[in-house]
Amino acid sequence: MRSLMSGNEAVARGAYEAGACYAAGYPGTPSTEILENLAIFKGDVIAEWSPNEKVALESAIGASIAGARALAAMKMVGVNVAADPLFSASYSGVNGGLVLVSADDPGLHSSQNEQDNRHYAPFAKLPMLEPSDSQEAKDMVKAAFEISEAFDAPVLLRVTTRICHSKSLVTLGERAIAPRRLYPLDMTKFNLVPALARRQRARLETKLQKLAEFSETCEFNRVEWNGQRIGVITSGISYQYAREVFGDTASYLKLGFTHPLPKQKIRDFASRVDMLYVIEELDPYLESQVRQLGISCIGKDKIPDMYELDPAVVAKSLLGIEAPVIRCAASAVPPRPPVLCAGCPHRGFFYELGKIARRHDVIISGDIGCYALGGNDPLDALDLCICMGAAPSMAHGAQKVFNKFGERTRVVATIGDSTFFHTGIPALINTVYNRSNTVTCILDNRTTGMTGQQDNPGSGTTLQGAPTKEIDIEAVVRAIGIDHVRVVNPMDLPKLQDTLAWAFGLDEPSVIVTKWPCTLKPFDRQERDEYAHKFKYMAVAAEDCTGCERCLNLGCPALSFDHLTNKASIDASTCNGCGLCAQVCKWSAVVNGELQHA
Amino acid sequence: MLETTSLMLVGVGGQGTVLVTTILAKGLVAAGHDVKMAEVHGMAQRGGSVSTQVRYGDVVHSPIVGKGGVDVLVSFEAMEALRWLEFVKPEGKVIVNDYHIPSAPILTGQQPYPEGVIETLKSKVDTTAIKAVDIAGEIGDPRVMNVVLFGALVQAIDLSHIDWETVISSTVKEGFIDLNLAAYRAGRNAMAYHEREN
Repeated sequence: MRSLMSGNEAVARGAYEAGACYAAGYPGTPSTEILENLAIFKGDVIAEWSPNEKVALESAIGASIAGARALAAMKMVGVNVAADPLFSASYSGVNGGLVLVSADDPGLHSSQNEQDNRHYAPFAKLPMLEPSDSQEAKDMVKAAFEISEAFDAPVLLRVTTRICHSKSLVTLGERAIAPRRLYPLDMTKFNLVPALARRQRARLETKLQKLAEFSETCEFNRVEWNGQRIGVITSGISYQYAREVFGDTASYLKLGFTHPLPKQKIRDFASRVDMLYVIEELDPYLESQVRQLGISCIGKDKIPDMYELDPAVVAKSLLGIEAPVIRCAASAVPPRPPVLCAGCPHRGFFYELGKIARRHDVIISGDIGCYALGGNDPLDALDLCICMGAAPSMAHGAQKVFNKFGERTRVVATIGDSTFFHTGIPALINTVYNRSNTVTCILDNRTTGMTGQQDNPGSGTTLQGAPTKEIDIEAVVRAIGIDHVRVVNPMDLPKLQDTLAWAFGLDEPSVIVTKWPCTLKPFDRQERDEYAHKFKYMAVAAEDCTGCERCLNLGCPALSFDHLTNKASIDASTCNGCGLCAQVCKWSAVVNGELQHA
Repeated sequence: MLETTSLMLVGVGGQGTVLVTTILAKGLVAAGHDVKMAEVHGMAQRGGSVSTQVRYGDVVHSPIVGKGGVDVLVSFEAMEALRWLEFVKPEGKVIVNDYHIPSAPILTGQQPYPEGVIETLKSKVDTTAIKAVDIAGEIGDPRVMNVVLFGALVQAIDLSHIDWETVISSTVKEGFIDLNLAAYRAGRNAMAYHEREN
């Protein structure tokens, strides 16, 4: 049976068919759906959201040691977080097959950088596979488990946004009964104390030599011969772009097992063609190694080494061919940046924070999540955003320096619930331990919002739907040693105002927890009772609207302003009745929409 | 040998492009075509500009095409068609929902909504403007405007060899089958009307 699957669904399916029985990850675009699709196989696969990627990989390593085939999946920046266990797991090797999926995001569709994680393979000395469509994603995950067990090495499966989120046809197979490997009697290889690690270091080189030999014969490194005129060496999604541009006019060395590279195969292929292109997205990973073999080729001298490729970019950069386009000043079209949803619990918080920040000398240190949108106009209440969990620690460092030089600048950290559990907790511990006086705001929307409402340690439910202990953020914060903690309802603007003023008045570190569920999250019965809005939707009583435009400062997508009539209006189908605009309006012109329209 | 056809659906996060691409892909696969489609997830979904590409033929390599590569652009919102127009082949087609969703800079009054979008489109490329929200509203629910646009697309690219009514019926929730079928037929009629007029 052939089924249209995204690369992420195919990775999950491949792990299932390979008999994997443990998988862990942390949500992050473009990787999220891998774990979500593994969670479906309840009973066969234990699938878990970990608090962060390091924990995910370490848990998968543990599952592998215990004899199971195990997988960890994360976005590319998540691999940075997991790099610590990764670099040593290559020394220890595996028991059950161990696969790490790195989902890279060329073009920064939904990321803070576009690092090329293929470099991790030689850096951490790991075998690597790179699929170019969903079928290969499934086949390669299965092969990855076999390679991992055959060579005693964790395997890196590197995918990109256009693999993860593109759908193509996949032939489904049955789940293999992968017998659980015996729990090893000799555990010394997993105990990397220096004396033992030194031994593993030498073994690792032997493994890599064997993997290099395997690479020469691996079926994923194949030649598609169409004559000697043009040769293309390529891997991953770039293979599809190359096929689209050159069709059958070029021969291809299509590389799927890309670390260690098949040097002899590359030499042979290069010697048989008149002109050699290396086509790859982002860094010259393949090209540098081809050049190291003394082979000259055309690559990054013509193909961009940043942002995504597509067939048009390849055709233009290599052949100078540009498809005719309809000239249109697309740049003159007003931008459509992503915005906080109507009813988003972050809106009121950033509205009030922005107001107080404009009155004081304040720097706002933000973090990764929907609340990074708090920096957009008109809220304009966020200055910094670097990486997961960085808000409290960057705030701390900055605050210490301002304090040292006697400056009055206060630093506020804003961080979401899931990000707080991810790496925010050690950062806040640092704030207490090293005695700074930042204001940390934990925006608890009861879910992992940006990636599509995944559960987290604070939500009370596991990835596979089991009820679990709900970790109490306020209790954690108090246990860390923060003496000044307040939990507030972010839909109550006067309360938010008071609470922020209270925190700014303190000379010690304080924490404000705002608590209201993400508006996109399916509410359970208890949440429906606890977090109900007073009205279904709001409306503007035109006779009372003075045209002051104050409500527009909320940046709500349901609110608009007509300059001809000089009145605000609310789109009933977009509004979710949160009522923030009614609190902001000085003229009581925002009213219950149902009464207004009745 | 069937040449690969490249479709692009654009709109605003949350407008229901996903249902349309699901129906499209299902029908194309059932008809024996090779199909690839590319979506973008993540931050753009929060009310940002979103695009999906669907490509079908005998053998499809790339899931995406670049500028100047799209045969038919379906825009669920008027000014989004302008934003993505450079992707359309000069001899391609645009089906545009004659419906405005102001973006943040427009809502806050920093920039006006561009004037004469439909006219601009028509002056540059074969364009059909469809008031899909009004049509869907007359049927009973403005939200099925996405299926109205889908009907227009099917009519425009001659995919009538596929039994779309069966595909729709097996995709949407049972209580909404009649509504969606009505939307599909209305979309086809609207496009057919446009074709007769030109």
